[in-house]
Amino acid sequence: MEIQENVTGRKDADAKPAVAAPTKPKKRRRLKVAHPERCIGCLGCMFACSRIRQGTASLQDSAIKIQTRGGIEGDFVVVVCRGCENPPCVRACQSGALERKPDGRVVFHEELCSGCKKCEEACLIGAISSGKEGKPIKCIHCGACVAFCPHGVLELEEVTA
Amino acid sequence: MLRKVLYIDLSREESFAEERQKLFDEWMGGTGVGIKLLMEECKPGTDSLSPEAPIIFCIGPLNGMFPVATKAVAMFKSPLTGELGESYAGGRFHLAMRFAGHEAIVIRGRAERPCYISINDADVKIKDAASIWGVDAQTTGMILREHETGVGRRSIIRIGPAGESLVRYAGVVVDTYRHFGRLGLGATFGSKNLKAIVISGTEHVEVPDPKKYREVYNKLYQATVQTDAMEKYHDIGTSVNISVLNWLKGLPTKNFQSSSFPEAEKISGEMFADNYLFRRLSCAGCPIGCVHIAALKSPFSPHHEFEVRKVSYDYEPIYSLGSNLGVTSAEGVLRLIDACERLGLDVMSAGVVLSWATEAYERDLITPQETLGLPLQWNNVDSFVKALENIARPPNEFYSDLGRGVDFASAKYGGQEFAMALGGNEVSGYHTGPASIIGQLVGVRHSHLDNAGYSIDQKAAKKQLDAEKMVDEIIKEDNFRGVFNSLVGCLFARNVYTEDNIVEALAAVGINKTKEELKDLGRKIFDEKYKFKVREGFDPARARIPQRFYETISTMGKVTPEIVEEMLRIYRKKRGWS
Repeated sequence: MEIQENVTGRKDADAKPAVAAPTKPKKRRRLKVAHPERCIGCLGCMFACSRIRQGTASLQDSAIKIQTRGGIEGDFVVVVCRGCENPPCVRACQSGALERKPDGRVVFHEELCSGCKKCEEACLIGAISSGKEGKPIKCIHCGACVAFCPHGVLELEEVTA
Repeated sequence: MLRKVLYIDLSREESFAEERQKLFDEWMGGTGVGIKLLMEECKPGTDSLSPEAPIIFCIGPLNGMFPVATKAVAMFKSPLTGELGESYAGGRFHLAMRFAGHEAIVIRGRAERPCYISINDADVKIKDAASIWGVDAQTTGMILREHETGVGRRSIIRIGPAGESLVRYAGVVVDTYRHFGRLGLGATFGSKNLKAIVISGTEHVEVPDPKKYREVYNKLYQATVQTDAMEKYHDIGTSVNISVLNWLKGLPTKNFQSSSFPEAEKISGEMFADNYLFRRLSCAGCPIGCVHIAALKSPFSPHHEFEVRKVSYDYEPIYSLGSNLGVTSAEGVLRLIDACERLGLDVMSAGVVLSWATEAYERDLITPQETLGLPLQWNNVDSFVKALENIARPPNEFYSDLGRGVDFASAKYGGQEFAMALGGNEVSGYHTGPASIIGQLVGVRHSHLDNAGYSIDQKAAKKQLDAEKMVDEIIKEDNFRGVFNSLVGCLFARNVYTEDNIVEALAAVGINKTKEELKDLGRKIFDEKYKFKVREGFDPARARIPQRFYETISTMGKVTPEIVEEMLRIYRKKRGWS
């Protein structure tokens, strides 16, 4: 696993290294909850996630969750990984199953996971939950859900690592 | 796929699940499995409000698997009609049943005191509900939400005071804004001391070939969102029909005294959409979002202080609580819908009962003595709200009688010729012609959705269908919908689920059926339901058809008793009934 030198992950434009920067800035795709107030609660994103990533029909296997506050008379809340710059889930992972790549993506190595659920506790927004066999379901920002959101709640954006 | 039946006995306070693969193989799921379970569970002549009367919930093989397969069906003995009770609800109930791992739930017995059932996967608990007995349906939902687990996955269904009082057309509110509305399931809940069911689960469903599953899913999804197969439900919603039917002279007005409403514009779908609509919602698994929510803002003091209520509306409630009661304002309609939501009343039956009572009051068949001084007059929304409250918590015999349905009330107080029920069920909002009347009369649950007679009338008006052709269409729909309701899909998506698409979708979840086999199944389900209906006393040859249908001009012109009798004769012959 690569050691992250800059633990805050914050980019500092003025503090350029003396050596020349790589020619192409690294980029990654990140899921963005652009318009949560447009959600109609169809759960199409959740089904898309489990169908396309796990090949099942399931709410539990989905990395994105639609919840309500105060029933559907209240508001819908989209709970999904926001692709933190300095992900607490990675820091909480003792077994190296969650790895942050240089471009900022967090990848999950299932074979290393001990199922301790520390990553779940570390995520304040509750974006990591356990799927079958107690292993975390982690959003990979693939955008499968975006295509099945009929109201443009979700978008895929490109961010510099 | 899990093909289990969960049995819950409220008297014995116990439950168990049983695998019944053969039952599902033969009867598919949904209404097919439902009618079979009802035949097993409900002995002939059972009192519909006794502990021996079962409640059965079923979903089908497509629920939670494909878009717009978003309904669950409840089967029971109807306290309103005394025969087949069958009601559908959207929301999340179907999904919660799927992921809790129960494709059917059978509830038997009667709890000793008010209770609710909490289901978490295989774990079933019967819990005390004494502290929420008497609480309105909306507040009950809020309280249970705080107490129970399963945020985002669960479904909460519950009755209001009307179900507790055994009003024969009390419904069960599902999540928010959806209902097992028709035929009195709420009263059956009440009779069992059952206030609510909360259900959630964490199961998942594996498919034989994930790639194929994704392909079929994509195809059906595209058909749903990108073609005009469901256009009607996107924009203004079903309430767009207020203007359409008014123009076609098919909009029941003031208890069917007229088929067009001079003030229809004020309660039209366009009026609601432009001035009150603030949000659209969908049932879980449907990208359409046809549930239209209006904000009803009413001042409660002269100092700019307001109550804001969020009320869902559709075509049927605007007909039954609007034009049919002569109500000339959207606010008035919304207030009445909101009252039904809180009390847990079926909006359609409640509206038709009130419209009968209003005409009976006008004709002095009932007097202020019965109504306790309440002036039941067209467009008198304050009186109507109070009357609904009185029906749900009856202060005298008259309101208690109103709670037994329009057939019962008119038999006692008179005015049967304008008591608008068919097969004992208060009619829906279409005076389009004979197919609508016959369709509701012979339909398995006496609903416009059994066979869409109203739509056959409109087709007939354009294409000059003769009596036999109309009957053929009714029979075709009767049978096809038996299959579709076994899946259990939303009827708004019936144009997406063509026969070919159904065969493909079933194959993708590992169920191989041919079109012919599905046709046979549809016929078989219909016959099985009629076995139950006839056993419990329904006879289409002797059913009452209110005279009013023949007096008021319809979309198809004046409907004569002769054409209705002719169509009934053809229908019986084609069904092979003597």
